[in-house]
Amino acid sequence: MTVVGAPIDRVDGKAKTTGAARFAAEYALPGLAHAALVYANIARGRITALDTTAARAVPGVLAVLTHQNSPTVKPAPKVSMLNLSTLVSGTQVNYLQTDEVHFDGQPIAVVVAETSASAKEAASLIRTEYAAMESTVDFAAAEPDAKVQPNNPLMRGEEKKGDAEKALSEADVTVDLRFTTPPHAHNALEPHSTTAVWEGDHLTVYDATQSIDWVRSHLAVRFAVPTGNVRVLAPFVGGGFGGKGSVWAGTLLAALAARATGRPVRLMLTREGVYRTVGGRTASTQRVALGADRDGKLRALIHASVARTGRVGGMPEQITSQSRHLYDAEHILVRQSLVELDLLPNTFMRAPGESIGTFAVEAAIDELAAELGMDPIALRMRNEPAVNPMDGKKFAHRMLREAYTLGAEKFGWHERTPEPGSMRDGRWLVGMGVASAYHPANRFAANVTVRLSADGTVLVRCGFQEMGMGGATAQAQIAADALGVPFEAVRVEYGDSELPMSPGAGGSMQTASIANSLLEACEKVKHSVQALAKRTGGEGYEDILRRANVPHIEAAVGSDTRFGRIAGQARFMTNFLLEQRRWVKAAAGVQFCEVRVDRDTGEIRVSRWLGVFDIGTVINHKMASSQLRGGIVMGLGMALSEETLIDPRTGRIMNPSLAEYHVPVHADIPPIDVSFLDDPDPTMPLGLLGAGELGITGVAAAVANAIHHATGNRVRELPITLDKVL
Amino acid sequence: MRSFSYVSAPDVESALTAIASEGAKFLGGGTNLVDLMRERIEQPETIVDISRLPLTEIEELPDGGVRIGALVRNSHLAAHRVIRVRYPVLAQAILHGASAQLRNMATVGGNLLQRTRCLYFYDEAAPCNKRVPGSGCGALGGFARNTAILGTSEHCVATHPSDMAVALTLLDATIEVESSRGTRRIPIADFHCLPGETPDVETVLAADELITAVELPPVPVARNSRYRKVRDRASYAFALVSVAAALEVEDGVVRTVRLALGGVGTKPWRAREAERVLTGTPATADSFRQAADAELAAAVTLPDNAFKTGLAQRTIVATLRQLTEGSPA
Repeated sequence: MTVVGAPIDRVDGKAKTTGAARFAAEYALPGLAHAALVYANIARGRITALDTTAARAVPGVLAVLTHQNSPTVKPAPKVSMLNLSTLVSGTQVNYLQTDEVHFDGQPIAVVVAETSASAKEAASLIRTEYAAMESTVDFAAAEPDAKVQPNNPLMRGEEKKGDAEKALSEADVTVDLRFTTPPHAHNALEPHSTTAVWEGDHLTVYDATQSIDWVRSHLAVRFAVPTGNVRVLAPFVGGGFGGKGSVWAGTLLAALAARATGRPVRLMLTREGVYRTVGGRTASTQRVALGADRDGKLRALIHASVARTGRVGGMPEQITSQSRHLYDAEHILVRQSLVELDLLPNTFMRAPGESIGTFAVEAAIDELAAELGMDPIALRMRNEPAVNPMDGKKFAHRMLREAYTLGAEKFGWHERTPEPGSMRDGRWLVGMGVASAYHPANRFAANVTVRLSADGTVLVRCGFQEMGMGGATAQAQIAADALGVPFEAVRVEYGDSELPMSPGAGGSMQTASIANSLLEACEKVKHSVQALAKRTGGEGYEDILRRANVPHIEAAVGSDTRFGRIAGQARFMTNFLLEQRRWVKAAAGVQFCEVRVDRDTGEIRVSRWLGVFDIGTVINHKMASSQLRGGIVMGLGMALSEETLIDPRTGRIMNPSLAEYHVPVHADIPPIDVSFLDDPDPTMPLGLLGAGELGITGVAAAVANAIHHATGNRVRELPITLDKVL
Repeated sequence: MRSFSYVSAPDVESALTAIASEGAKFLGGGTNLVDLMRERIEQPETIVDISRLPLTEIEELPDGGVRIGALVRNSHLAAHRVIRVRYPVLAQAILHGASAQLRNMATVGGNLLQRTRCLYFYDEAAPCNKRVPGSGCGALGGFARNTAILGTSEHCVATHPSDMAVALTLLDATIEVESSRGTRRIPIADFHCLPGETPDVETVLAADELITAVELPPVPVARNSRYRKVRDRASYAFALVSVAAALEVEDGVVRTVRLALGGVGTKPWRAREAERVLTGTPATADSFRQAADAELAAAVTLPDNAFKTGLAQRTIVATLRQLTEGSPA
């Protein structure tokens, strides 16, 4: 009666479709007040005058908070690898504490009012004067000054094997290409929202966050209260994609507004507010150079990227990540460089690094295949490594060959005639393209308790959020099998910092991390039951517990005491470093795309999609397919239309709206066929690999390669809009 | 959004009285005005809700034309049998605009008064001569992919965003307006203004005038007409280029042609030069291309929108070719 793998409907489906599930901006606390933000509209400088008279006169306004009257907030803690929660600050800006402006869009005032409409109206009446300072906001202009990214414990900024430049210059066949990708915005359906309430020195926040535990630690530091005084609830989160992985201004300012007014405060960002105060994906330029023998054997692989961070925060995007693992080249050079700009800091966005990195390297491989006159799949298979190309480490699990074989057959790759422009359907030029998907796999520390009751039910408790990935359903399936109980007997409590600590959702790590501890806890429960059975006899959980007169048995993995957390983190780091030394772990797959390009107008329509993925053991086929499909849809947006327009003259985002930032609409999305190899990774709990980010990787390259096949045009700048293929 | 007073008008007369107050604006479907109020681009003191006025009929006229009440919903108009048969270009244009939900709300009169989607018009912090006369034009030297190449001035390059108005321009519609001074009828060609030195003045409509109806004359050639809208994504996007065309070919020669363009003009653009060049020539791709080039010779482009000249030419040729061949959309 195993339920792992079964395409079970998600347990929160009904609550979400009926509206019973409550999101962060839906807690109508007694006395609730509403907040709205005012954003700076210069890139860097000082506020010289702030006139709030008209704003304060709007009926219903309770307070207008600025740097002139705000309660004190402590600065964000310095980043420390000993306390990973220090990574959670979206920016280093201490909002409303000084007259300094560090980026266009920085919140410089908060209005609190009886209604959201009053707050917004008042916010629009605040007049500000600035003394502007010199700023650097133009990525293209700053690019020549990029510096190689410093190494960090997770990844080195530069790695090399052999002499790739020399090998490139001596290779029979080469391509040396430059790719660019624009900034992107997550556009989660639910805008960032926080409802905050203070009771004395105790703060409760309902927050749209992917990082419940880290938000709690961070708020405690900023508001100078013990961590135990802060409670963060995020049972349901309406999508995040990395954009809710950090603490951004809205969360802090809601808590600040609640403290200043003594009222519970709800701050739901407008869509514009999300664009202006929550970072997105960095722009990039990438050089990919490949050198090969005439038979396709790769001699040289170079992947060098330039991305940006903000002067006041931001994270280095691991753009060359996949290029360290995908191809067996004798000589490899990867290098990531950065520029610092006076912009809202960038942040994690679905598969940070690999989503745009696979675009460049997988499009370059396609170009090399064309130069060689080889089938692009054959070229990849010719260079599929047996061990990690950079250092000879073992792959924990590597099934790209199987994925390509199955995918090519299901997609009908053999029907493709290789010559560009050779396939037509009426006025449409038809093209087929393919690319590899790749995302590293990891785990974090997670605390879990499991309680088996005498009535046969099981309660799993873990403080993760339900952001759409189906965590509660997946963990219930895992617990059901581990304990040998029906799926329906398992209930999962989640979404509350009072529960055992869960890692945030990031790096496709959450499900595996929790599963690891959950399996251990279930084993402990079974041992305790066996011990009971030896003493008092009985068969089956209910019988044994009844005979022993024990109402329930509970087991915990990990400790939520301060010492327990430090020990857990130390254990995690040790484990991580040991595993990293032994294995290269990743989820991978292959993306097949068919496009149609209008021969007159250049309009590009994706007509068919097929993905075959290796995510180890599939816990729930239905949910995993949805998640991969969602990643592919997001990848299609990246390929064809998405771009945050940052005016290089001012550093201001000019399209902070879904009207002007174009995500795909339903009519853009063809049927998407997702299948899995469903083969366990021997080094991961239950053999599972995370599935959240893999789906977006490789998509833009498969589209670009298909467009080349349809039209003969190579477009190396995202998004591939119709003017670029005309 | 700023606070405002709200008045619901039961009939045209009370609507015309209410609009006389300072800073008053009519509210039809609200699909554009409410957005603009949220963005604080529009800040009316008073909203005069005209959505209950009895201007919702579509009537056939004795001469074969059609009279459309100003409050007819876009979706209703596009679905109307007479429109679909006699003026397919109009039905198609409407159905290529916005989303089903918006078309269910948007009115014919309101659609004519849609305001531009220029990024700099929409951003309070940016210079825009249309929004704040004399403040400058952010699109010049900025993001201008959705701006115009025809009818621009050094003060403004914003496009008129409507699809429906492009078809109405092709059909030589007449716009009927009422005010306390009486009724007047404005040919659509004269309704929208070129930006010139006053891009803030978008139409000849006075602040107290109410659009009551749009009349279509009989246009026999429009039975063979179509609307082709080009955009990056398949739906729910404004046109990069759109072409409304009606064509009658006899013995391989263009007898009658009408052509109008969207996405490229500062107003819905009637391509009269192309029509003049094309009339009487063989209905071939070469003639179509020459006609398109004649119209587009006046184009003034920016780096971001330079592609529109070629795209407009190719789309004109493709649309006329399809009308010649009678191939399906």
